[in-house]
Amino acid sequence: MSDWLKELAHRFYLNFIKDDRWLYITRGLRTTVLITVFALILGVALGFIVAIIRSAHDKTGKLKIANFICRVYLTVIRGTPVVVQLLIIYYGIFASVAIEKMIVAVIAFGVNSGAYVAEIVRSGIMSIDKGQLEAGRSLGFSYAQTMVYIIIPQAFKNVLPALGNELIVLLKETSVSGYIAMEDLTKGGDIIRSRTFDAMMPLLAVAAIYLIVVILLEFLVGRLERRLRNSDH
Amino acid sequence: MKLRKILCGALAALMTLSLAGCGGEKKTTLIMATNAEFPPYEYRDGDQIVGIDAEIAQAIADDLGLELVIEDMAFDSLIAAVQSGKADMVLAGMTVREDRLENVNFSDPYTLTAQVVIVKDGSAIVSPSDLVGKKVGVQLGTTGDMYAEDIDDVTVERFNKGFEAVQSLLQDKVDAVIIDREPAKVFISQNEGLIILDEEYTVEEYAIAIAKDNTELLEQVNASLAKLKGSGKIGSIINKYISAD
Repeated sequence: MSDWLKELAHRFYLNFIKDDRWLYITRGLRTTVLITVFALILGVALGFIVAIIRSAHDKTGKLKIANFICRVYLTVIRGTPVVVQLLIIYYGIFASVAIEKMIVAVIAFGVNSGAYVAEIVRSGIMSIDKGQLEAGRSLGFSYAQTMVYIIIPQAFKNVLPALGNELIVLLKETSVSGYIAMEDLTKGGDIIRSRTFDAMMPLLAVAAIYLIVVILLEFLVGRLERRLRNSDH
Repeated sequence: MKLRKILCGALAALMTLSLAGCGGEKKTTLIMATNAEFPPYEYRDGDQIVGIDAEIAQAIADDLGLELVIEDMAFDSLIAAVQSGKADMVLAGMTVREDRLENVNFSDPYTLTAQVVIVKDGSAIVSPSDLVGKKVGVQLGTTGDMYAEDIDDVTVERFNKGFEAVQSLLQDKVDAVIIDREPAKVFISQNEGLIILDEEYTVEEYAIAIAKDNTELLEQVNASLAKLKGSGKIGSIINKYISAD
Protein backbone atom coordinates (compact mmCIF):
# COMPACT_ATOMS: atom_id res chain seq x y z
CA MET A 1 0.00 0.00 0.00
CA SER A 2 2.69 2.47 0.98
CA ASP A 3 4.73 1.43 -2.07
CA TRP A 4 1.75 2.16 -4.21
CA LEU A 5 1.32 5.56 -2.58
CA LYS A 6 5.01 6.31 -3.00
CA GLU A 7 4.79 5.41 -6.70
CA LEU A 8 1.74 7.65 -7.03
CA ALA A 9 3.53 10.50 -5.27
CA HIS A 10 6.53 10.04 -7.54
CA ARG A 11 4.35 10.14 -10.62
CA PHE A 12 2.61 13.23 -9.31
CA TYR A 13 6.01 14.83 -8.75
CA LEU A 14 7.15 13.93 -12.28
CA ASN A 15 3.97 15.11 -13.96
CA PHE A 16 3.28 18.33 -12.12
CA ILE A 17 6.11 19.48 -9.88
CA LYS A 18 9.33 18.70 -11.75
CA ASP A 19 10.47 21.50 -14.09
CA ASP A 20 7.38 23.49 -12.99
CA ARG A 21 5.19 21.38 -15.26
CA TRP A 22 2.02 22.50 -13.46
CA LEU A 23 2.52 25.79 -15.32
CA TYR A 24 1.41 24.04 -18.54
CA ILE A 25 -1.91 23.29 -16.83
CA THR A 26 -2.49 26.75 -15.32
CA ARG A 27 -1.42 28.62 -18.44
CA GLY A 28 -3.51 26.21 -20.49
CA LEU A 29 -6.57 26.80 -18.31
CA ARG A 30 -6.10 30.55 -18.70
CA THR A 31 -5.99 30.21 -22.51
CA THR A 32 -9.02 27.91 -22.54
CA VAL A 33 -11.06 30.30 -20.39
CA LEU A 34 -10.03 33.35 -22.42
CA ILE A 35 -10.95 31.70 -25.73
CA THR A 36 -14.27 30.54 -24.30
CA VAL A 37 -15.24 33.93 -22.85
CA PHE A 38 -14.47 35.95 -25.97
CA ALA A 39 -15.87 33.30 -28.31
CA LEU A 40 -19.04 33.30 -26.19
CA ILE A 41 -19.40 37.07 -26.52
CA LEU A 42 -18.86 36.91 -30.29
CA GLY A 43 -21.10 33.85 -30.63
CA VAL A 44 -24.00 35.33 -28.65
CA ALA A 45 -23.79 38.63 -30.55
CA LEU A 46 -23.71 36.86 -33.92
CA GLY A 47 -26.37 34.40 -32.83
CA PHE A 48 -28.82 37.10 -31.74
CA ILE A 49 -28.36 39.09 -34.94
CA VAL A 50 -28.88 36.02 -37.12
CA ALA A 51 -31.86 34.85 -35.04
CA ILE A 52 -33.54 38.25 -35.23
CA ILE A 53 -33.06 38.45 -38.98
CA ARG A 54 -34.33 34.90 -39.48
CA SER A 55 -37.38 35.28 -37.27
CA ALA A 56 -38.20 38.69 -38.74
CA HIS A 57 -38.20 37.00 -42.14
CA ASP A 58 -40.36 34.15 -40.83
CA LYS A 59 -42.87 36.54 -39.26
CA THR A 60 -42.99 39.37 -41.79
CA GLY A 61 -41.52 37.96 -45.01
CA LYS A 62 -39.08 40.88 -45.26
CA LEU A 63 -35.25 40.79 -45.29
CA LYS A 64 -35.11 38.14 -48.02
CA ILE A 65 -31.42 38.63 -48.91
CA ALA A 66 -30.21 38.90 -45.31
CA ASN A 67 -32.18 35.79 -44.46
CA PHE A 68 -30.57 33.94 -47.36
CA ILE A 69 -27.08 34.95 -46.21
CA CYS A 70 -27.89 33.81 -42.67
CA ARG A 71 -29.10 30.46 -43.94
CA VAL A 72 -25.91 29.92 -45.92
CA TYR A 73 -23.91 30.79 -42.78
CA LEU A 74 -25.86 28.31 -40.68
CA THR A 75 -25.56 25.53 -43.25
CA VAL A 76 -21.85 25.97 -43.86
CA ILE A 77 -20.85 26.37 -40.21
CA ARG A 78 -23.05 23.62 -38.87
CA GLY A 79 -22.13 21.34 -41.75
CA THR A 80 -18.38 21.31 -41.11
CA PRO A 81 -16.36 20.29 -38.04
CA VAL A 82 -15.02 23.11 -35.90
CA VAL A 83 -11.46 21.80 -36.06
CA VAL A 84 -11.54 21.98 -39.86
CA GLN A 85 -12.91 25.53 -39.66
CA LEU A 86 -10.13 26.45 -37.22
CA LEU A 87 -7.44 25.11 -39.55
CA ILE A 88 -9.00 26.82 -42.58
CA ILE A 89 -9.10 30.14 -40.74
CA TYR A 90 -5.52 29.81 -39.48
CA TYR A 91 -3.79 28.38 -42.55
CA GLY A 92 -6.20 29.59 -45.21
CA ILE A 93 -7.95 32.88 -44.47
CA PHE A 94 -5.15 34.36 -42.37
CA ALA A 95 -2.40 32.60 -44.36
CA SER A 96 -0.41 35.69 -45.23
CA VAL A 97 -0.77 37.61 -41.98
CA ALA A 98 1.09 36.99 -38.77
CA ILE A 99 -2.01 37.21 -36.58
CA GLU A 100 -2.28 36.58 -32.87
CA LYS A 101 -3.53 33.01 -32.51
CA MET A 102 -5.90 33.98 -29.73
CA ILE A 103 -7.80 36.13 -32.25
CA VAL A 104 -7.91 33.25 -34.74
CA ALA A 105 -9.31 30.93 -32.08
CA VAL A 106 -11.89 33.46 -30.85
CA ILE A 107 -13.08 34.06 -34.42
CA ALA A 108 -13.22 30.34 -35.23
CA PHE A 109 -15.03 29.27 -32.07
CA GLY A 110 -17.18 32.42 -31.91
CA VAL A 111 -18.38 32.11 -35.51
CA ASN A 112 -19.01 28.40 -34.96
CA SER A 113 -20.89 28.90 -31.72
CA GLY A 114 -22.89 31.76 -33.26
CA ALA A 115 -24.57 29.35 -35.66
CA TYR A 116 -25.84 27.18 -32.83
CA VAL A 117 -26.81 30.15 -30.65
CA ALA A 118 -28.76 31.58 -33.60
CA GLU A 119 -31.00 28.54 -33.87
CA ILE A 120 -31.42 28.35 -30.09
CA VAL A 121 -32.48 32.00 -29.92
CA ARG A 122 -34.73 31.67 -32.96
CA SER A 123 -36.49 28.74 -31.33
CA GLY A 124 -37.03 30.99 -28.30
CA ILE A 125 -38.42 33.85 -30.35
CA MET A 126 -40.72 31.54 -32.30
CA SER A 127 -41.96 29.97 -29.07
CA ILE A 128 -43.45 33.26 -27.86
CA ASP A 129 -47.15 33.37 -28.71
CA LYS A 130 -47.92 35.60 -31.65
CA GLY A 131 -50.50 37.36 -29.46
CA GLN A 132 -47.57 39.01 -27.70
CA LEU A 133 -46.38 40.54 -30.96
CA GLU A 134 -49.90 41.59 -31.89
CA ALA A 135 -50.44 43.12 -28.48
CA GLY A 136 -47.21 45.06 -28.71
CA ARG A 137 -48.01 46.31 -32.19
CA SER A 138 -51.56 47.35 -31.24
CA LEU A 139 -50.16 49.30 -28.28
CA GLY A 140 -48.23 51.35 -30.81
CA PHE A 141 -44.80 49.74 -30.54
CA SER A 142 -42.88 49.30 -33.76
CA TYR A 143 -41.81 45.78 -34.75
CA ALA A 144 -38.27 46.46 -33.45
CA GLN A 145 -39.56 47.85 -30.14
CA THR A 146 -41.88 44.89 -29.66
CA MET A 147 -38.93 42.60 -30.23
CA VAL A 148 -36.59 44.40 -27.84
CA TYR A 149 -39.05 45.10 -25.01
CA ILE A 150 -41.53 42.24 -25.19
CA ILE A 151 -40.43 39.23 -27.24
CA ILE A 152 -36.69 38.89 -26.62
CA PRO A 153 -36.80 39.20 -22.79
CA GLN A 154 -39.31 36.36 -22.67
CA ALA A 155 -37.48 34.35 -25.30
CA PHE A 156 -34.17 34.73 -23.50
CA LYS A 157 -35.60 33.19 -20.35
CA ASN A 158 -36.92 30.24 -22.32
CA VAL A 159 -33.67 29.52 -24.11
CA LEU A 160 -31.36 29.97 -21.14
CA PRO A 161 -30.97 26.23 -20.43
CA ALA A 162 -30.12 25.58 -24.08
CA LEU A 163 -27.69 28.51 -24.09
CA GLY A 164 -26.02 27.10 -20.98
CA ASN A 165 -25.69 23.83 -22.83
CA GLU A 166 -24.07 25.58 -25.79
CA LEU A 167 -21.64 27.33 -23.43
CA ILE A 168 -20.52 23.99 -22.02
CA VAL A 169 -20.10 22.55 -25.50
CA LEU A 170 -18.10 25.62 -26.52
CA LEU A 171 -15.77 25.29 -23.54
CA LYS A 172 -15.03 21.69 -24.37
CA GLU A 173 -14.71 22.32 -28.11
CA THR A 174 -11.85 24.72 -27.50
CA SER A 175 -9.81 21.62 -26.67
CA VAL A 176 -9.00 21.32 -30.38
CA SER A 177 -7.13 24.64 -30.43
CA GLY A 178 -3.94 22.65 -29.93
CA TYR A 179 -4.19 21.97 -33.67
CA ILE A 180 -2.90 25.47 -34.35
CA ALA A 181 -0.18 25.08 -31.69
CA MET A 182 -2.09 27.00 -29.05
CA GLU A 183 -1.38 25.88 -25.53
CA ASP A 184 -4.84 25.42 -24.11
CA LEU A 185 -5.69 23.11 -21.23
CA THR A 186 -5.78 19.94 -23.35
CA LYS A 187 -2.53 20.80 -25.10
CA GLY A 188 -0.96 21.56 -21.73
CA GLY A 189 -1.76 18.02 -20.66
CA ASP A 190 -0.42 16.71 -23.98
CA ILE A 191 2.85 18.58 -23.51
CA ILE A 192 3.28 17.06 -20.04
CA ARG A 193 2.48 13.64 -21.49
CA SER A 194 5.10 14.11 -24.18
CA ARG A 195 7.66 14.82 -21.44
CA THR A 196 6.75 12.20 -18.85
CA PHE A 197 5.16 9.53 -21.09
CA ASP A 198 2.53 9.02 -18.41
CA ALA A 199 -0.72 8.26 -20.18
CA MET A 200 -3.08 8.61 -17.25
CA MET A 201 -2.23 11.30 -14.74
CA PRO A 202 -2.08 14.41 -16.96
CA LEU A 203 -5.24 13.32 -18.77
CA LEU A 204 -7.09 12.75 -15.51
CA ALA A 205 -5.96 16.13 -14.20
CA VAL A 206 -7.13 17.84 -17.38
CA ALA A 207 -10.46 15.99 -17.28
CA ALA A 208 -10.98 16.96 -13.65
CA ILE A 209 -10.33 20.63 -14.38
CA TYR A 210 -12.77 20.69 -17.31
CA LEU A 211 -15.32 19.00 -15.06
CA ILE A 212 -14.85 21.57 -12.29
CA VAL A 213 -15.20 24.46 -14.73
CA VAL A 214 -18.36 22.92 -16.21
CA ILE A 215 -19.88 22.38 -12.76
CA LEU A 216 -19.13 26.02 -11.96
CA LEU A 217 -20.79 27.12 -15.21
CA GLU A 218 -23.84 24.96 -14.51
CA PHE A 219 -24.13 26.57 -11.11
CA LEU A 220 -23.91 30.09 -12.54
CA VAL A 221 -26.41 29.40 -15.33
CA GLY A 222 -28.74 27.82 -12.76
CA ARG A 223 -28.57 30.93 -10.59
CA LEU A 224 -29.26 33.20 -13.52
CA GLU A 225 -32.23 31.03 -14.44
CA ARG A 226 -33.65 31.28 -10.93
CA ARG A 227 -33.17 35.02 -10.85
CA LEU A 228 -34.99 35.51 -14.12
CA ARG A 229 -37.79 33.24 -12.92
CA ASN A 230 -38.41 35.55 -9.93
CA SER A 231 -40.25 37.92 -12.23
CA ASP A 232 -42.74 35.17 -13.04
CA HIS A 233 -44.48 35.58 -9.72
CA MET B 1 -33.67 -14.77 -10.10
CA LYS B 2 -33.69 -14.79 -13.84
CA LEU B 3 -31.47 -11.73 -14.00
CA ARG B 4 -29.02 -13.40 -11.68
CA LYS B 5 -28.82 -16.44 -13.92
CA ILE B 6 -28.16 -14.32 -16.96
CA LEU B 7 -25.48 -12.38 -15.11
CA CYS B 8 -23.81 -15.59 -13.96
CA GLY B 9 -23.85 -16.93 -17.50
CA ALA B 10 -22.40 -13.71 -18.87
CA LEU B 11 -19.65 -13.69 -16.26
CA ALA B 12 -18.77 -17.31 -16.95
CA ALA B 13 -18.60 -16.61 -20.66
CA LEU B 14 -16.41 -13.58 -20.04
CA MET B 15 -14.03 -15.57 -17.88
CA THR B 16 -13.72 -18.33 -20.46
CA LEU B 17 -13.03 -15.74 -23.11
CA SER B 18 -10.36 -13.99 -21.10
CA LEU B 19 -8.77 -17.34 -20.28
CA ALA B 20 -8.68 -18.16 -23.96
CA GLY B 21 -7.15 -14.73 -24.53
CA CYS B 22 -4.19 -15.37 -22.29
CA GLY B 23 -3.69 -18.95 -23.35
CA GLY B 24 -0.04 -19.40 -24.22
CA GLU B 25 -0.48 -19.14 -27.98
CA LYS B 26 2.63 -18.15 -29.85
CA LYS B 27 2.70 -14.54 -30.98
CA THR B 28 2.61 -14.28 -34.73
CA THR B 29 2.58 -10.52 -35.20
CA LEU B 30 5.04 -7.78 -34.47
CA ILE B 31 3.24 -4.48 -33.95
CA MET B 32 5.23 -1.39 -34.81
CA ALA B 33 3.95 1.98 -33.65
CA THR B 34 4.96 5.03 -35.64
CA ASN B 35 3.89 8.49 -36.69
CA ALA B 36 3.72 8.36 -40.46
CA GLU B 37 4.31 12.08 -41.05
CA PHE B 38 8.06 11.87 -41.05
CA PRO B 39 9.53 11.35 -44.50
CA PRO B 40 11.78 9.62 -45.47
CA TYR B 41 11.68 7.51 -42.29
CA GLU B 42 7.95 6.86 -42.37
CA TYR B 43 5.25 8.33 -44.55
CA ARG B 44 2.22 7.26 -46.48
CA ASP B 45 2.51 6.23 -50.09
CA GLY B 46 -1.00 5.45 -51.26
CA ASP B 47 -2.50 3.44 -48.44
CA GLN B 48 0.86 1.96 -47.45
CA ILE B 49 3.18 3.24 -44.76
CA VAL B 50 6.65 3.18 -46.24
CA GLY B 51 10.07 4.56 -45.45
CA ILE B 52 13.35 3.59 -43.83
CA ASP B 53 11.83 2.63 -40.47
CA ALA B 54 9.04 0.63 -42.10
CA GLU B 55 11.54 -1.35 -44.16
CA ILE B 56 13.89 -1.95 -41.24
CA ALA B 57 10.94 -3.15 -39.17
CA GLN B 58 9.91 -5.42 -42.05
CA ALA B 59 13.44 -6.84 -42.22
CA ILE B 60 13.42 -7.49 -38.45
CA ALA B 61 9.99 -9.09 -38.62
CA ASP B 62 11.12 -11.33 -41.49
CA ASP B 63 14.19 -12.29 -39.53
CA LEU B 64 12.11 -13.16 -36.46
CA GLY B 65 9.49 -14.98 -38.54
CA LEU B 66 6.69 -12.62 -37.49
CA GLU B 67 4.12 -10.70 -39.45
CA LEU B 68 4.62 -6.93 -39.28
CA VAL B 69 1.65 -4.71 -38.41
CA ILE B 70 2.14 -0.92 -38.50
CA GLU B 71 0.04 1.35 -36.29
CA ASP B 72 0.05 5.06 -37.17
CA MET B 73 -0.49 7.47 -34.25
CA ALA B 74 0.57 10.84 -32.82
CA PHE B 75 4.26 11.05 -31.98
CA ASP B 76 3.66 11.96 -28.37
CA SER B 77 1.55 8.80 -27.83
CA LEU B 78 4.14 6.34 -29.12
CA ILE B 79 5.89 5.58 -25.84
CA ALA B 80 2.58 5.22 -24.05
CA ALA B 81 1.56 2.72 -26.75
CA VAL B 82 4.47 0.36 -26.07
CA GLN B 83 4.20 0.88 -22.32
CA SER B 84 0.57 -0.17 -22.34
CA GLY B 85 1.27 -3.11 -24.65
CA LYS B 86 -0.77 -1.70 -27.54
CA ALA B 87 2.36 -2.02 -29.67
CA ASP B 88 5.53 -4.09 -29.41
CA MET B 89 8.03 -1.53 -30.58
CA VAL B 90 8.41 2.02 -31.80
CA LEU B 91 10.32 2.90 -34.94
CA ALA B 92 9.63 6.55 -35.54
CA GLY B 93 12.94 8.26 -35.98
CA MET B 94 13.07 8.26 -32.20
CA THR B 95 16.22 9.48 -30.51
CA VAL B 96 17.60 7.80 -27.39
CA ARG B 97 17.12 10.27 -24.53
CA GLU B 98 17.52 10.03 -20.78
CA ASP B 99 13.92 10.84 -19.97
CA ARG B 100 12.66 8.32 -22.51
CA LEU B 101 14.98 5.66 -21.06
CA GLU B 102 13.14 6.02 -17.77
CA ASN B 103 10.04 4.64 -19.44
CA VAL B 104 11.21 2.30 -22.19
CA ASN B 105 14.28 0.39 -23.30
CA PHE B 106 16.03 1.25 -26.51
CA SER B 107 17.67 -1.16 -28.93
CA ASP B 108 21.12 -0.47 -30.33
CA PRO B 109 20.95 2.59 -32.57
CA TYR B 110 20.40 1.92 -36.26
CA THR B 111 21.22 5.29 -37.76
CA LEU B 112 22.98 8.54 -37.04
CA THR B 113 21.25 11.83 -37.74
CA ALA B 114 20.96 15.43 -36.56
CA GLN B 115 18.54 18.15 -35.56
CA VAL B 116 18.67 21.04 -38.00
CA VAL B 117 17.17 24.50 -38.23
CA ILE B 118 14.97 25.46 -41.19
CA VAL B 119 14.48 29.16 -41.93
CA LYS B 120 13.16 31.22 -44.80
CA ASP B 121 15.71 32.13 -47.44
CA GLY B 122 17.18 35.51 -46.48
CA SER B 123 16.26 35.20 -42.81
CA ALA B 124 18.31 37.06 -40.20
CA ILE B 125 18.86 33.73 -38.47
CA VAL B 126 22.10 32.30 -39.84
CA SER B 127 23.18 30.01 -37.02
CA PRO B 128 21.42 28.16 -34.20
CA SER B 129 22.68 30.76 -31.72
CA ASP B 130 20.52 33.39 -33.45
CA LEU B 131 17.40 31.62 -32.23
CA VAL B 132 17.49 33.47 -28.89
CA GLY B 133 14.26 35.41 -28.38
CA LYS B 134 12.66 34.04 -31.55
CA LYS B 135 9.50 32.07 -32.29
CA VAL B 136 10.48 28.48 -33.01
CA GLY B 137 8.14 25.87 -34.49
CA VAL B 138 8.56 22.20 -33.54
CA GLN B 139 6.63 18.95 -33.52
CA LEU B 140 5.23 18.17 -30.05
CA GLY B 141 7.33 15.71 -28.08
CA THR B 142 10.23 15.50 -30.55
CA THR B 143 13.81 16.16 -29.53
CA GLY B 144 13.55 19.44 -31.43
CA ASP B 145 10.80 20.39 -28.96
CA MET B 146 13.03 19.57 -25.97
CA TYR B 147 16.00 21.47 -27.38
CA ALA B 148 13.94 24.49 -28.39
CA GLU B 149 12.69 24.81 -24.83
CA ASP B 150 16.26 25.30 -23.61
CA ILE B 151 16.91 28.31 -25.86
CA ASP B 152 16.83 31.60 -23.94
CA ASP B 153 13.72 33.72 -24.12
CA VAL B 154 12.23 31.63 -26.91
CA THR B 155 8.57 31.07 -27.79
CA VAL B 156 8.06 27.43 -28.69
CA GLU B 157 5.09 26.65 -30.94
CA ARG B 158 4.30 22.95 -30.69
CA PHE B 159 2.50 21.48 -33.69
CA ASN B 160 1.06 18.00 -33.97
CA LYS B 161 2.82 17.43 -37.27
CA GLY B 162 6.19 18.48 -38.59
CA PHE B 163 4.78 19.85 -41.84
CA GLU B 164 2.40 22.13 -39.92
CA ALA B 165 5.41 23.76 -38.30
CA VAL B 166 6.96 24.17 -41.75
CA GLN B 167 3.69 25.58 -43.10
CA SER B 168 3.65 28.14 -40.29
CA LEU B 169 7.23 29.08 -41.16
CA LEU B 170 6.20 29.65 -44.77
CA GLN B 171 3.41 31.95 -43.54
CA ASP B 172 5.80 33.83 -41.21
CA LYS B 173 3.92 32.59 -38.17
CA VAL B 174 7.19 31.28 -36.72
CA ASP B 175 10.78 32.41 -37.38
CA ALA B 176 12.42 28.98 -37.59
CA VAL B 177 11.69 25.27 -37.30
CA ILE B 178 13.89 22.76 -35.47
CA ILE B 179 13.41 19.27 -36.87
CA ASP B 180 15.31 16.13 -37.81
CA ARG B 181 17.65 16.44 -40.78
CA GLU B 182 16.10 14.04 -43.29
CA PRO B 183 12.49 15.22 -42.96
CA ALA B 184 13.86 18.76 -43.14
CA LYS B 185 15.41 17.95 -46.53
CA VAL B 186 12.11 16.59 -47.77
CA PHE B 187 10.23 19.66 -46.53
CA ILE B 188 12.57 22.15 -48.18
CA SER B 189 12.51 20.21 -51.42
CA GLN B 190 8.72 20.47 -51.43
CA ASN B 191 8.54 24.16 -50.56
CA GLU B 192 10.33 27.01 -52.25
CA GLY B 193 12.13 29.71 -50.30
CA LEU B 194 13.26 27.57 -47.37
CA ILE B 195 16.81 26.68 -46.42
CA ILE B 196 18.50 24.49 -43.82
CA LEU B 197 21.22 26.19 -41.78
CA ASP B 198 24.66 24.66 -42.43
CA GLU B 199 25.36 24.40 -38.72
CA GLU B 200 23.51 21.43 -37.26
CA TYR B 201 21.73 21.88 -33.96
CA THR B 202 22.79 18.56 -32.44
CA VAL B 203 23.84 15.14 -33.62
CA GLU B 204 21.77 12.19 -32.45
CA GLU B 205 21.00 8.51 -32.99
CA TYR B 206 17.74 6.75 -33.72
CA ALA B 207 16.86 3.49 -32.01
CA ILE B 208 13.90 1.18 -31.49
CA ALA B 209 11.88 1.66 -28.30
CA ILE B 210 10.56 -1.47 -26.58
CA ALA B 211 8.61 -1.87 -23.32
CA LYS B 212 10.76 -2.19 -20.18
CA ASP B 213 9.39 -5.62 -19.28
CA ASN B 214 9.84 -7.05 -22.76
CA THR B 215 13.56 -7.84 -22.56
CA GLU B 216 13.06 -10.94 -24.68
CA LEU B 217 12.01 -8.86 -27.68
CA LEU B 218 14.80 -6.38 -26.99
CA GLU B 219 17.40 -9.12 -27.26
CA GLN B 220 15.82 -10.55 -30.38
CA VAL B 221 15.67 -7.12 -32.01
CA ASN B 222 19.28 -6.34 -31.12
CA ALA B 223 20.45 -9.68 -32.51
CA SER B 224 18.42 -9.10 -35.62
CA LEU B 225 19.74 -5.54 -36.04
CA ALA B 226 23.33 -6.79 -35.70
CA LYS B 227 22.68 -9.39 -38.39
CA LEU B 228 21.06 -6.84 -40.72
CA LYS B 229 23.85 -4.33 -40.21
CA GLY B 230 26.45 -7.04 -40.91
CA SER B 231 24.77 -8.11 -44.12
CA GLY B 232 24.59 -4.49 -45.31
CA LYS B 233 20.77 -4.63 -45.44
CA ILE B 234 20.27 -1.58 -43.20
CA GLY B 235 22.78 0.42 -45.20
CA SER B 236 21.04 -0.42 -48.45
CA ILE B 237 17.60 0.49 -47.05
CA ILE B 238 18.91 3.88 -45.89
CA ASN B 239 20.67 4.51 -49.19
CA LYS B 240 17.50 3.70 -51.06
CA TYR B 241 15.72 6.66 -49.40
CA ILE B 242 18.56 9.08 -48.72
CA SER B 243 20.83 9.98 -51.57
CA ALA B 244 24.42 10.18 -50.38
CA ASP B 245 25.54 13.77 -50.00
